[in-house]
Amino acid sequence: MTPEELEQIAETERAAQKKFQHTVNVCVAAGCLSCQSQGVKDALDEEIKKRGTECTQVKGVGCMGLCAEGPLVSTESGTLYKHVAPNDAGEILDSLEGAAVSRLVCPTNVPFFQRQKKIVLENSGVIDPERVEDYIAANGYSAMMQVLSEMTPAQVIDEIVKSGLRGRGGAGYPTGLKWSTVAKATARKVKYAICNADEGDPGAFMDRSVLESDPHRVIEGMIIAAYAVGASEGFIYVRAEYPLAIKRLKIAIRQAERLGLLGHNICGTRFSFGVDLRLGAGAFVCGEETALIASVEGKRGMPRPRPPYPAQEGLFGEPTLINNVETYANVPPIVRNGGEWYAKIGTEKSKGTKVFALAGRVENTGLVEVPMGITLREIVYDIGGGIPEGRNYKAVQTGGPSGGCIPSEFLDMPVDYETLAKVGSIMGSGGMIVIDDSSCMVDVAKYFMDFCMTESCGKCIPCRVGTFQMRGLLERITKLDGTEQDLSLLNELCELMKNTSLCGLGQSAPNPVLSTLRYFAEEYKSHVQSKQCPSGVCSNHREDAR
Amino acid sequence: MAAGVSVDFAKPVAPDQQDKRWRIVDATMRRLGHHPRGLIETLHTVQEAFGYLDEGALRYVATSLHVPLSRAYGVATFYHFFTLKPAGKHTCVVCMGTACYIKGAPQLLSALEKDYGIEPGETTPDGKVSLLTARCLGSCGLAPAVVYDHDVAGKVTAQDLRERVVKWMSHDA
Repeated sequence: MTPEELEQIAETERAAQKKFQHTVNVCVAAGCLSCQSQGVKDALDEEIKKRGTECTQVKGVGCMGLCAEGPLVSTESGTLYKHVAPNDAGEILDSLEGAAVSRLVCPTNVPFFQRQKKIVLENSGVIDPERVEDYIAANGYSAMMQVLSEMTPAQVIDEIVKSGLRGRGGAGYPTGLKWSTVAKATARKVKYAICNADEGDPGAFMDRSVLESDPHRVIEGMIIAAYAVGASEGFIYVRAEYPLAIKRLKIAIRQAERLGLLGHNICGTRFSFGVDLRLGAGAFVCGEETALIASVEGKRGMPRPRPPYPAQEGLFGEPTLINNVETYANVPPIVRNGGEWYAKIGTEKSKGTKVFALAGRVENTGLVEVPMGITLREIVYDIGGGIPEGRNYKAVQTGGPSGGCIPSEFLDMPVDYETLAKVGSIMGSGGMIVIDDSSCMVDVAKYFMDFCMTESCGKCIPCRVGTFQMRGLLERITKLDGTEQDLSLLNELCELMKNTSLCGLGQSAPNPVLSTLRYFAEEYKSHVQSKQCPSGVCSNHREDAR
Repeated sequence: MAAGVSVDFAKPVAPDQQDKRWRIVDATMRRLGHHPRGLIETLHTVQEAFGYLDEGALRYVATSLHVPLSRAYGVATFYHFFTLKPAGKHTCVVCMGTACYIKGAPQLLSALEKDYGIEPGETTPDGKVSLLTARCLGSCGLAPAVVYDHDVAGKVTAQDLRERVVKWMSHDA
């Protein structure tokens, strides 16, 4: 494969697309598929066959974002249809030549669409994730080609450093710095590049969406990273709970291999790189890098102390680069447009955009990509459309079980790594759950502690015993049997776990408790003092309690 | 070769050689070079083929991949995805992710508990319906979500869930 050949594929595909007068895109990502979008696509195909109109194509595309309104269908003129049923197929095809089907139209001139800035999701909902040609026609693999033919590894790393990209998995470690550490490390045999697609945070589905909607982008990012750090073998560690993402990744890897974009001597250079899939098996702790490595090695996913960091001694004892799906997905556009272009987006210390999975008690649930530094209020009220059923905002939970709950007084703060950390939460991988006044914050804290208790791997005592004890205390408080002493014990345990646990899971497990104790102290007090739950969720004899 | 001495370093034998599903498992192990690092992949294949991992399967996989049985058992019980018990004819997986929890997943579980006395991880006495929970399906936009056999359903109410389970219990479909 040469740059000319790649351009040739893109040209052929663009020409083939041009032959069609009309294109109808049907979302076939997991969200819409679960409300039968495949039936809609089949009905459209059937209808076209029946009419014999060869100038219209129906394309299965990735996530369009507004999952709550699926199945979503869009046309090339920019009209978006929501809640489409298979028997709407005829009407939609009729509308291509005339006026839109007004009863199905989903307005796109609303903040949900207007306020977004799409870099990672630029192809989502536009290209067919199962066809590499479609990706190439959308400038796919051109960044890889540019890197292999024009740049040295050091130049690539330099560009990433300039962009200011930080790890999108949660901690926000500078990506360029990580790459240069792995590049400098010496390998005994080979270096590895791993893509962490073990999206364990409950309430987060950004990575799944990217993998389902644009798998080649992640692979391209990995190839560029592998070239920069000198890795020759790669693994994508993906959750077994995401069968569609696995299927599309397998297809994508096979297609890339067939075109010589993966394998030996890629594009005639001396650089070789192969990617294999490894399936997770449902362990939250495997999102932690050393646990993930143990799992790829076929062992129990238990973390080990760092240092040595995976950059020095990782998979099979070799230097290993581990980045998140979204981090890799950011790499191709950075290379294409230059690091400085990327650094112009976002805030001083948090560059670029971030994809958030907006869910919970909010009108527009779905996937949004926004520039860093946007305020929480804009996300919840403008993009998210506010809280339904006339209820009141109580908190936003970010960062999953490792994050915290952000109360209304911080609605106007900018969303970036530092500010979120300052208020006791974390950026996390991008889950954003809106909580309204029908939820009890003590119950929410108990929910997360329950989660961490089940997911604690049991290796270190502070986490194994601490999560169990904390859950017991929270259980007692939510049964309205708690005392003042329980609250102080809870505080004490939080500090202990934070300071003495082995890995990130244990160190951050107290965060949901700490942040709710800090901002919703009144609720805790009411539970232990007046034995009342202000939201009416907890009671002494809970029939529906779990 | 010493005549007359034959030590049987025999290849491990599959629990049921008639069962063709073991060939799929063998193929996976071959692809991974019978290396211990292929343990998780192999267990995935076994579970996909048989629905669960029983003792015979664990013994066979452990011997074939040269790992102690304790390690195979350790891995099989460490990860939630693996199950050592056969599931019912139908499975109903209730998502317990944050968004689903906030939007009423606990009420779905308690509905089934009330009606059939089964808790997550259990199967109805007639072996028809298993109730399971998932950490997060990633269908948070459709919360609360439930997977009926292999179909994801969104915005599920206790009523929907009851109807589906009643249908499963009464018809033999």
